[in-house]
Amino acid sequence: MKILVCISHVPDTTSKINFTEENTKFDSNGVQFVINPNDEFGLTRAMWFKEKQGAEVTVVNVGTSETEPTLRKALAIGADGAIRINTPATNSFSVAKQLANVAKDGAYDLIIAGRESIDYNGGMVPGMLAALIDANFVNNCINLDVEGSDAKATREIDGGKETVSTTLPLVIGGQKGLVEESDLRIPNMRGIMMARKKPLTVVEANETSKETTSISFEKPTPKGAVKLVASDNIDELVNLLHNEAKVI
Amino acid sequence: MNSIYFTEEHNLFRKSLQHFLKKEVVPHIDTWEKTGEIDRFIWKEFGEMGFFGMNYPEAYGGMDLDLFYTIILLEELQKINSGGFAAAIWAHVYLAMTHLNAEGNDDIKERYLAPSISGEKVGCLCVTEPFGGSDVAGMRTTAAKDGENYIINGSKTFITNGVNSDYLVVAAKTSPELGNKGLSMFVIDRGTKGVSATKLDKLGWKASDTGEIAFDNVKVPATNLLGEEDKGFSYIVQHFSLERLIMGVNAHARAEFALEYALQYMSDREAFGKRINQFQALRHTISDLYADVEICKNYNYAVTARLDKGEYVVKEATISKLKSTKVADEVIYQCLQFLGGYGYMEDYPMARLFRDSRLGPIGGGTSEILREIIAKMVIDKKEYKPAT
Repeated sequence: MKILVCISHVPDTTSKINFTEENTKFDSNGVQFVINPNDEFGLTRAMWFKEKQGAEVTVVNVGTSETEPTLRKALAIGADGAIRINTPATNSFSVAKQLANVAKDGAYDLIIAGRESIDYNGGMVPGMLAALIDANFVNNCINLDVEGSDAKATREIDGGKETVSTTLPLVIGGQKGLVEESDLRIPNMRGIMMARKKPLTVVEANETSKETTSISFEKPTPKGAVKLVASDNIDELVNLLHNEAKVI
Repeated sequence: MNSIYFTEEHNLFRKSLQHFLKKEVVPHIDTWEKTGEIDRFIWKEFGEMGFFGMNYPEAYGGMDLDLFYTIILLEELQKINSGGFAAAIWAHVYLAMTHLNAEGNDDIKERYLAPSISGEKVGCLCVTEPFGGSDVAGMRTTAAKDGENYIINGSKTFITNGVNSDYLVVAAKTSPELGNKGLSMFVIDRGTKGVSATKLDKLGWKASDTGEIAFDNVKVPATNLLGEEDKGFSYIVQHFSLERLIMGVNAHARAEFALEYALQYMSDREAFGKRINQFQALRHTISDLYADVEICKNYNYAVTARLDKGEYVVKEATISKLKSTKVADEVIYQCLQFLGGYGYMEDYPMARLFRDSRLGPIGGGTSEILREIIAKMVIDKKEYKPAT
């Protein structure tokens, strides 16, 4: 089985996010980047298919050379090869189009993408990709088993789970549940050294239209200071909730 | 990160190590600091991650990597704020295992080095004695040849991993009449009859089981002699460069950690209507401390690069330890001051850091001894040469 895992290069969740140029550009200064957590759950599940079923795992990213350390980390975790599509990832449709080209060329059986990236949270790439390559699609996927060309996937639905059967080729939008957080792997020394010897292929991007363009960004209003109210001063608490917080 | 010395692989290793420490070590640190015992599972996990084998041969499970991986390991261990835990790790990898690798034969490497790399066995290095630390030549522990064995008698003290390690790399006099020319090195199993250890209570390094060890007619097979008989002193001296550089790197890293923490604190803390990092007196002090740490760090990196190329850098490594440990104590003292009353509280990292740092100018050669060594080289033109 040939697996393609789509990797987004996103700011670490603990990074302080800022914007520049009058809130039109993301400021990457001092920001640590990581594998998008939803993609990392998918990558770890792909490692399971590699180890248990002999799958071959390739990771792919749409991005400039700055994203290569993130791909190297995926190689250090155990992916067999990496592809970087050399263009900034600025729009869901164009990213899906670029990934579709690689997916078609490689004739992958299973494509694992995170259900959304934690930076722009578009949540559209996996579905668009499936449509562009005419593959089956399961979103919000929390479990996946593959037997020959048959797949059984469990997806999260409101308040419960749904299990579906489908066939390869398949695209999933994965998330936590594909594996648990405790299953996520930290690259060991041997993995880090092996990563250097594995292929990281850079392919040029194809001309693709962008269907949307970001105009500006806005951060949430900072939370105010915490006010402590004595436990026996209910009147003051009610007054603050009513007149200041305006929640009652 | 400094791109002169650190490649993309180094940076990936640093991130991976930070992640590992945060996930597997940090949650246990406060417990280990309280109990004075490090849970055994963590040694195996370090081994499985490959952290013990970075500088050792592939034939025994190592990876034969350059010394800057070691620098990263040392730096990141200092930044989780347990000098005792850090010491336990580096005393195993860079004190005990250094001798096994440099002087041990294939049999010893199979029996001790390979399981040390995998984390199955933990080692300690026993040189210092109750009667003298830096005076290695004045050592009183003896190893008398008895047929196919040596009989070891004497005692050692201030031994990191001294109580819970599985084996001990021990310096003892095989020819006492030859003074420092009569020393030999042995590897001794913890369970050998006549070996006993007592845990010591210390100012800092609370997570480390620093111990005093007694050898009472301990029978050691001659096959456990490391290298050649009576060559022990030159073996010990040979490894001084690495040992002192390690202490220097640890010092710059913990100073950097203290400064980073203090800067964050000062950017949040307000007094008299403004953040305390806006007070000129404090700003200028920070500038001086930052400059001192940067100078030490970059000096230590330069010495590491030379040692990695195989140069004999005993003078430079001695300077590294002398100056970096002094700077660390000064920086941590001042950073504790920046935190005011909170600096004195155990809920904040400075109190532990302050205690742990104090060992820097004492352990592995006191600053007084180091100054004397530098004086001999600079004033008396004495040339220390590598053992052949």
